[in-house]
Amino acid sequence: MGRIADAFENARNEKRAALVIYLCAGDPDLSTTVDLVVAAAEAGADVIELGVPFSDPTADGPAIQRAAERSLRAGTTLSKVLDTVRLIRGRTAVPILLFGYYNPILAYGEQKLANDAADSGADGFLVVDLPPEESASLRGPAIEKGLDFVPLVAPTSNEARISQAADAATSFIYYVSMTGVTGSQAVDLAGASERAGVLQRELGRPVAIGFGVKTKDDVATVAPHVEGVVVGSAVVRTIEDAASPDEAVASVRELVSELAQGLARQ
Amino acid sequence: MRYVPRLMQPPEPASGRYGPYGGRYVAETLMPALDELTRAYQESQRDPAFQAELDTLLHQYAGRATPTYFAARLTEEIGPRIWLKREDLCHTGAHKVNNTLGQILLAKRMGKTRIIAETGAGQHGVATATACALMGLPCEVYMGAEDVRRQAPNVRRMELLGAQVHSVTSGSSTLKDAMNEALRDWVTNVRTTHYCVGSVAGPHPYPAIVRDFQAIIGQEARAQMLEQAGKLPDAVVACVGGGSNAMGIFSGFIDDESVRLIGVEAAGEGIETGRHAAPLCAGGVGVLHGAKSYVLQTPDGQIVEAHSISAGLDYPGVGPEHAWLKDTGRATYVSVTDDAALDAFQQLCRTEGIIPALETSHAFAYLPTLAKELGPDDDILVCLSGRGDKDLETVLEKLEERG
Repeated sequence: MGRIADAFENARNEKRAALVIYLCAGDPDLSTTVDLVVAAAEAGADVIELGVPFSDPTADGPAIQRAAERSLRAGTTLSKVLDTVRLIRGRTAVPILLFGYYNPILAYGEQKLANDAADSGADGFLVVDLPPEESASLRGPAIEKGLDFVPLVAPTSNEARISQAADAATSFIYYVSMTGVTGSQAVDLAGASERAGVLQRELGRPVAIGFGVKTKDDVATVAPHVEGVVVGSAVVRTIEDAASPDEAVASVRELVSELAQGLARQ
Repeated sequence: MRYVPRLMQPPEPASGRYGPYGGRYVAETLMPALDELTRAYQESQRDPAFQAELDTLLHQYAGRATPTYFAARLTEEIGPRIWLKREDLCHTGAHKVNNTLGQILLAKRMGKTRIIAETGAGQHGVATATACALMGLPCEVYMGAEDVRRQAPNVRRMELLGAQVHSVTSGSSTLKDAMNEALRDWVTNVRTTHYCVGSVAGPHPYPAIVRDFQAIIGQEARAQMLEQAGKLPDAVVACVGGGSNAMGIFSGFIDDESVRLIGVEAAGEGIETGRHAAPLCAGGVGVLHGAKSYVLQTPDGQIVEAHSISAGLDYPGVGPEHAWLKDTGRATYVSVTDDAALDAFQQLCRTEGIIPALETSHAFAYLPTLAKELGPDDDILVCLSGRGDKDLETVLEKLEERG
C-alpha cells in the first residue's frame, strides 16, 4: 500500500476525513513551495496535491489560472517541480499527488515521468484532462513504478463511467462536487456529499470531494459522508493575498489548521 | 502509412482517432456530453427528415450551392488556370454557416436550450449567432479581447443578431483563450448547453461533425469542376487555421489520388522569427483543447501564443485529421507570411473585384509558388472561404504602416 492509501487509513483510524490540500508548484516560487508544503503538512494536511502549472488550464477557475500564470512566469517546469519534490522529501513524508494537465506530461515523456516522479519521492498522478479512455499510456508506467493513479468522477458521470473510474483507481477516487471549474461559488455541498457517500459505499473505495470546498464549515459539511476533502482555490487565494512569501507560509499554516478542525466524521 | 479515405472506412471509430491524432482529452464532466453528442449526431445522419431540413436551410437560407468561378484575370497573372469555390457568397460571408446551421439544428434535436461558441475572426461567431437567431436559441460567444478590437464590425453584427459577446482577457486574448473560456462555460452548463465548435478541432466527435458539415464544399466543387472544367483540378488549395474550410474542400477530393491537396498556414512575421501560426509546418505533437494534434509549444509542453495578421488563423493548434493527412503525405502543408497575404489580398481585389478575407488571402498567397510547378493547362481550385469586409480596418492600417 502506498503513502496516499496509508494517509487515508490513518485518518479513518482517527475517525476523521483526510484533508487534501492543493498548492500550485512555483506560486510564488519553487523554494516557497517547499515551505508551503511543509507548513501545510505540519498544520494537518494528510495529502498534498501539487499542481504542475499549464498555460491553458481549462478546468480551473480564475484563482488557480492566476496561480499557474504566476508560476510559469517564474520559470516553473515539470522537471523543476520534480526537483522541488526531492527537496520536500528532505523535510516531510507527506504524500504528494502531482496534479495537472496532460500536455506537459506528454512533452516530458510518460515512461520517463513515471521513473523520475518515483525517484523524486512523489506518490501519484491526477491528470484533469486524461479520462480513463486516454490514460493507459501514463497509468501503466505509473503503477509499475508503485505510483498511484487517481481518477475523477463528475456529477454527469453515468454508471458505466463510474465503474470505469473505480477500476482505474489505485487509492482514492476524486469526486467533483459540481459541474463547473475549480473555485466556483454556490455549490450544493450537502447534496454532493450525500451522493459521494453513496458512491463510496457502493464502490468500496475511499472518495474525496473537491471543487467549491473553501471553509472549515464546508469541510464539516463534507467530512461525515466521505473519507477525503480537497481544498484548493481557497488556499491559492490565501497565497495570492499574502504580502510576502513568509506571510503566505504563515497564512496557509493558519488556514490549514482551521480547515483540519472540520474533519470529524462522527 | 497511407491515408484511408473516410468513405472507405467503417463508421468513425468510437475513439475518434485519425492515426495517433484526435481522441478526447477533456475533463470527466464533459465525457458523457461528448458521448451524447456522438449518438445524437449519428442518429441525425440516419434521419432523412433531419437531412432534408438541413438541405433546405443550406439551399434557401444560406444560398447554396455556391458557384465555382473561373478567375480569368488572376489566371493571366498566375499561369495555371485558377478556379474559385465561392464560399464568400454564403450567407454571413463565409463557409462557417454550413457548420453552424447543422450544429444548431442538432442542438435543437438534442433539446439543448442554450448555445455557446468561441470565435477568432468573428466569422464563426456571426454564423452561430445567425443560426441561433434563425432557430430561436440564446447564444453567447467568447472572443479574445485582441480580436474584439481588430474585428469590431463582427462584434456589432453578433450583437445585432441577439448574441452576447464575452471579451476574453486571459492569456494572449485571442482564439485559444476564447476556446478555453468556452470550455469552462461548457463544463459549468453542460446539461443545458451545446458548445458549437467552429473548426475541425476539439475532442471527438467535433472534428468529424464539423468536417461532415463542411464536406458540402468539396462535394459541390468536385461536381462543378467536372462540369465546368471537364476534369478534376490538379491541386486544391485552402488556408488552414483550425482547418475547417480546408477539411471541407479536401474531403471531396481525398479519394482522387491525382489531386494534390495543399493547406496554407499563417507564417505571420516569418517562421524563423517564431512569431507565426503554423503548427503543421513548424510545431510539434501535443494535446490542446481536447485533441492530440500538432501544436505550437515550448519544449516543456506549454502552449505558446500564435501570431498572424489574420484573427481566424491566429491559433496554436490545428484539427487532428490535418495532422494525419500531413503524416501520411496525402496533403501538403506550407506557410505564407502576413506580407504575402496582404499582397495576395490586394491582387484579388484588383484582378477579380473580390475582397477576400485575410484568412483566405493566405491560400491565394501560395499560388505564385505553386504555379512554378504547374503548366498553363493545369487547374488549381482555391477555396475562397470568406469575404474580407471585416478586415478592411486591419488591412488599411497595415498598408499605411508599409507606406
